[in-house]
This record gives sequence, C-alpha cells and structure tokens, in this order.
Amino acid sequence: MAAPSRVRGVVRTLLALLGLFAASIAVAQEPPPAPDRPLADARQEARAQALFDDIRCVVCQHEAIADSPAGIAADMRQLVREQIAAGRSDAQIRDDLVRRYGDFVLFSPPVRAGTWLLWFGPFVVLLGVAAALLAFARRRRPETAPLSAEEEARLAEILAERRDPDAKPSDD
Amino acid sequence: MIVEAGAFALVLAFALAVLQTGMAAAGRLRRSPVLAGAADGAALASAIAVAVAFAALIQAFATSDFSVANVAANSHTDKPMLYKVAAAWGSHEGSLLLWCLVLTGFGAALARARNLPFGLRTSAVAVQGLLGALFLAFAVFTSNPFERLDPVPFQGASLNPLLQDPALAFHPPFLYAGYVGFSVCFSLAVAALVEGRANAAFWPAWGRWVRPWALASWVFLTLGIALGAFWAYYELGWGGWWFWDPVENASFMPWLAGAALLHSSIVTERRGALAGWSTFLALLAFTFSMLGAFLVRSGVLTSVHAFAVDPQRGMMLLAILGVTAGAAFALFAWRAPQLKGGGMFAPVSREGGLVLNNLFLTAAAATVLLGTLYPLILEAATGATISVGPPYFALTFTPLMAVALIVLPAGPFLAWKRADLRGVVQRLAVAFGLALLLAVAGWFAFEPRKILSALGIGLGAWLILGALAETAERIRLFRAPFAETLRRARGLPLAAWGMTLAHAGLGVFVLGAVVETGFRVEAARPLAVGESLQAGKWTVTLKDVRIVEGPNYLAEQGRLTVAVPGGATREVTAERRFFPAGGQTTTEVGLDFRGLDDVYVVLGERGPTPGGAPGWSVRVWWNPWARLIFLGPAIMALGGVLSLLDRRLRLGAGARKAKTA
Repeated sequence: MAAPSRVRGVVRTLLALLGLFAASIAVAQEPPPAPDRPLADARQEARAQALFDDIRCVVCQHEAIADSPAGIAADMRQLVREQIAAGRSDAQIRDDLVRRYGDFVLFSPPVRAGTWLLWFGPFVVLLGVAAALLAFARRRRPETAPLSAEEEARLAEILAERRDPDAKPSDD
Repeated sequence: MIVEAGAFALVLAFALAVLQTGMAAAGRLRRSPVLAGAADGAALASAIAVAVAFAALIQAFATSDFSVANVAANSHTDKPMLYKVAAAWGSHEGSLLLWCLVLTGFGAALARARNLPFGLRTSAVAVQGLLGALFLAFAVFTSNPFERLDPVPFQGASLNPLLQDPALAFHPPFLYAGYVGFSVCFSLAVAALVEGRANAAFWPAWGRWVRPWALASWVFLTLGIALGAFWAYYELGWGGWWFWDPVENASFMPWLAGAALLHSSIVTERRGALAGWSTFLALLAFTFSMLGAFLVRSGVLTSVHAFAVDPQRGMMLLAILGVTAGAAFALFAWRAPQLKGGGMFAPVSREGGLVLNNLFLTAAAATVLLGTLYPLILEAATGATISVGPPYFALTFTPLMAVALIVLPAGPFLAWKRADLRGVVQRLAVAFGLALLLAVAGWFAFEPRKILSALGIGLGAWLILGALAETAERIRLFRAPFAETLRRARGLPLAAWGMTLAHAGLGVFVLGAVVETGFRVEAARPLAVGESLQAGKWTVTLKDVRIVEGPNYLAEQGRLTVAVPGGATREVTAERRFFPAGGQTTTEVGLDFRGLDDVYVVLGERGPTPGGAPGWSVRVWWNPWARLIFLGPAIMALGGVLSLLDRRLRLGAGARKAKTA
C-alpha cells in the first residue's frame, strides 16, 4: 500500500512543480513589473511613500499602490517617483492622476458639491444628535416640583451632617 | 443519507421557526402560557434542527462528499481536516447556515430566559422566530447547502487558499456569534416597543435584561474582528492590519453601535433614562449586522475580503433587511414619543458622560456608514466614481474618536445625577500629568519626531492610567492600610474590574495603533542567498530558499535571519505557497516577535538582484508595538467577559443591588 501512495506523492509533487513553473511563465508573459528603486533623496522618497498610500491600484479590489503586488501598481509607483524626481509638486501629481483615471484613483475623495455630505456629514450628525439631545433635555419638565426654600435649607443641613470623606458619590 | 437528513432538518427548522412565531404571537394575544410554552419548545427544537443540519454539512465536508455541490465547490481531498471542517462555513451557503445556527441558538436561549415577564418574553420569542423564519427561508429556498450535483465530480475545487488559515477558521464563528447575538437585543427592543410599557419601573428592568445579550455579542464581535485583523496582518502580507475596507467597515458598524448600546443600557438600567435611545441602538446594532451581511455577500462593494459573492442573493438579503429593519424603525417612530423619560440628570453627571459617549460612538458609526456607502450612492445617483479610503477616515473618524477618548477617563469618576467636575479633575490630575510626561517621552523616543504620534502615545497612556486611577481610587490604594485596600479590591464588583480592563485595553490598542502606524519602517529589495537588507535597526539576511511540500500545496520556503546590534539573532521562515487545486499563490509571512515589536518578513517572487544574480524579492517591515494592536482587543474582550460574569451572578441572585460603598 505504501508504494502506490508514494508514487502518487511523487506525481503530485511533479504536477505541483509543473504548476509553479506554469505560473512563473504566466507571470513572465506579462510585462515584468518595474523593480522598486527608492529615490536617492530620503525626503523625496518619504513624499513618494505618502502618495502611494493615497493612490488606489486601479485594477485591484481595495488596495493602495503602496500595498499592491500588481504590475500596474509598480508602474504607478515608478511614475510617481519619476514625477517627484522631476520636481513636480504632490498636488500636480495628484491632478495628473485624476485627469487620467478619474476621482476613483484617489483614496481621499475631492471636496466638491457632490461630496459635501460625505466630508461634512459626520460633523453634521454629531451636531445634529447633540442639538436633538439638548432640545430633548430642555423640553422635559422636571418630574417633581422644585424644593421650597425651607426644604432646601433642611437638605443643606442633612448634607452638612453627612459629610463623610469615605462616602463615595457613586456605587459602581 | 446523512445529507438528506441535513436537508430535511433544515426545512424542519424553517417550519418550526414559523410555528414558533405563530404560537408565540397567538400566545401573547390570548395570554396563554400553554401556547407560549409551546413556542419556547419550538424555538429549542428549531435550534436543534439547525444544529443537526450544520453537523450533516460538516460531515459532508469531512468525508469530502462531492455529490454535494457546496462541498465540490469549496473542498478538496488533499486539504487538512481543520480546513475541510472550516470550509463548511467558508462558502456563502455554509456561512448562511452558520448565521441561522447562531440566530436560532440565541433564540432558544432567549426562550429559556425565565426572569423576563410573560408579555415581553413571548413577544421577543415571536420576533426572534420571525427573524429565524426569514433567514431559514432564505437558506432553504435560494441558498440550500445540501443541493446535489450530478454527475458527481472526482475532485473538489478547493477552498480559497487565503482562507486556509487557523485564524480564519475561527474568525467567522466568532464574528457571526457577535453579529447575530445582537438579534436578541433587536427582538427585545421590538418586544418592548410592542408592549409599550408606560410605567417607569419597566425600563430599568429592560436595561438589565438587554445588557447581558449586548455584552456577550459585543465580546464575540470584538474577538471576531481582532482575529480578522490579525489574519489580514499576517496572511495578506502587506504589513497592514486595517485598511478601512468596506467589509471591515461592515463589521465595525455593529461593533460601534453595540458599544454605544452597552453604555446607554447602563443609564436605562440605573436611572430609567434614555429608554428610547437604548431601544434605538438595540435596533440599530442588528440592522448594521444585516447590512454588513448584505454588503459582504452581495458583491456591491469591491473589497479585499469579498469571498463567496452573489448579487441575486444580495437582493434577497436586501429585502429581508428592508422588511425587518423598516418595520422595526417604523414601530420605533410610532412608539418612541410615548416613552416616559425616567430620572433627571445634570449635564455634568455619570448619565451626561454616557450620553457624550453615545453621541461620539453614533457619530463615528455614521462616519463609517457614510464612508462605506457613499461611493455606491454617488455612483448610482450621478455615475461619478470615487474611492473612500484611509485618508478620509483619518480626517473624520480619527478626530471624532480622539475627542471621545480624551473625555473617556473622566466618565467613571462622575457621580450619578450631578457630579462635581472639580473633584474629578483633582483625582485625575496625577494620571493626566503622567500621560503628558509619557507623550513627551514618546516624542523623544521615536524617530522621526511626529507631534501627532507623540500626542497619540499620550492619549493611549491617558486611557490606561485613567482607568487604573479609577480602580486605585476605589480600593484606596496607598491611602489606606494594605489590608483595607485588599478587602476593598475583593469587594469590588466584577463589572467594575471589567470596565477598568475594557477601558485600559482600549488604551493598549491606541498605543499599538499609533506607534505602529506612525513609526513603521519598510524596506524591499531583491536579495540573492547570503545578501541582507536593513529595516531600521534590524538586519535581515536571506540564508537559503528551498522547495517544501505541504499537505495540499508546494512552497518556496525562505529561511532568513533577523539580527540586531546587541540582541539575539533569530531565524524566521517565510513562504510563497502554490496551491495546485485552485492555481493560486499565497504568502506566509515570517514574523519575529521582539518584545512589543514585530519584524515582518515577506518572501516575494524570484527576480534578479541589481547585480544580476538570481534572487528573491524580499520585503521587511519593522512594526513597532504591533503586539499591542491585538493584545488591546483581547483585554477589552476579557473585560466584557468579567462584566458578563458579574451580571449573571446578579441576575441569579435576583434583584440584589451592587454593594454600596
């Protein structure tokens, strides 16, 4: 029984090796991704890295070109580095990419009429809920009548008596 | 045969869920304990039937029964047993069955909860039965995992190799337990709105009943999300752990709503206030869960995690979501204005603090919702395509949460009804001073110096120290004799320890996230054997690369050493695995744990080095304090468990009040 299973194992290994080989051929047939060569100037390279995080790999699911192993991501990284080396500003590089690929290419959407709700929505929600809570708190009438002056005085008396340094206001 | 039994059990479970809904509703209307009891029995039987179906599916996967279409599409004889079993919930049909299992399981637990009043419990059982019936109908009629295949293939198509990982085998069960656990909160909220109790004593009791379910679901969800993040961290090989990806967001929204519910239900329980708001959050948490299921399963979003996607079924899920959430929120809009307010409180009070917490958590959830759905809505409305990614959330979510976290440590110090703010400030002064000092230390300790990261370190320290200060205050640490402190520590309710741990765990997470994000160092270069690469202070050398054979894959395994001046040199292995069954390649990251830091090594494709020698492209990240990112949520979940244990004791002991100081 051992021999056939070993044969099967060998066959499987061979098949897998063939697969690996085929995969590497498939990769080889695509244009090879340009190797990542960091810019010599550390400050420029830092700018490039920051841009990579904001630029979407246009053929991937939800990946920045900083993360993506796809060939086009490597090309885009090289493009960004070349542009930085050529002395262009971050804004110019972004604008170029948007002209070519549309707003889709940036992970930070532009602030324009169509995206006001997106950008300011969170803060509007915050203020809205806060205002609603405030209005609600104001509208509510106290459930018991306020204390009379006499009762207030008596309350103060009791509190003064009970001033115990150990007494914690909360119980949990 | 077993497969047929499973298919039958699934249909039976659906019929039982329908029966459960009908009998519970009739039992409630006629006030008949017999009918209600029968509905409870049906709930239990329905859960058992789904469990039988689930077991049958697992059996089909374990024995590689390729006559079942789902098994043929997602399994393979070469797969290790763990992943054969895990594949049972790796597909759309299987994960829906898991969803139904958790839903009916929680339903059975709800039906056995003896401490609830008759009306509320029976109504909740009816709602839970209706949810079960809807999802089981979906499973039976459009996503039946037991469909047969003819002719039977000799071999299966195997599971996506990215999913063949221990973290991901356990991630869906935890995540689903969290998602679907909120269904009980949803049912209890709908039941409370239907019952419409106007008496003031009802809502504190409701808060106490809903809280354990919310807490348990939140703990499961916390662990599920953390496992998922950890999986993304070491399996995708990109060095990141959270990408603000739509599918991640889908799990984060119910988490935020659940966290808000945990806090608001305390106010409802203690003071009878915020009843409407707590009900709203209970409805919202499960609505977000269903929305998440729809977003993930329908494929309307592009995501790195979108596995098992089908637009047709997405429409069905959307219909279920629309009907249940629509009806529930309509009921809410009708009944909420009639809810009675409960106790009054000053703005500066424990209640006020918890309201502030809720304000920020809901705004944060709304931000995540906007960021996730906006591209969809905009494209549908105008045809314009945009991407919403990490930079958007860094500008919206992060500042919102930062403000919330700055205020957080003061919360537990506030007294109910009306608090003395100056006293709170005095008691937190030491913690605040220390946190400020640590921020300054952080500013000097890390290169390059970043002011925001230093402030983030201070914030994480502030959360931890603030939480500890509160406990220290309560047990009068260093201010009373040690025996007295010990006595007080023992007397402290478990819920108090739970809160301290959860808040401190959040601080631990913040520290990890801030430092890892701010000071991560990356290096990548093709290396020939014997060459090395520098990432910060770490030197990574490629020792050798060989071909190894796994159970169902073949891998190039690189052995690399990680060296640091003045430290031990350690060896890590990083692999590129090729799965012949699906023709896919995955990376196995080599992780060297160095204290709180990770040195993260990825072996890439073969390629020539700049010198022309044959080599492999190697990417190395130095992720400082990355351990804390995953340790933090674990501490938070532990805090939740402690708090849950306390609740159970208190519930068991009836209405016994917590020990007063």
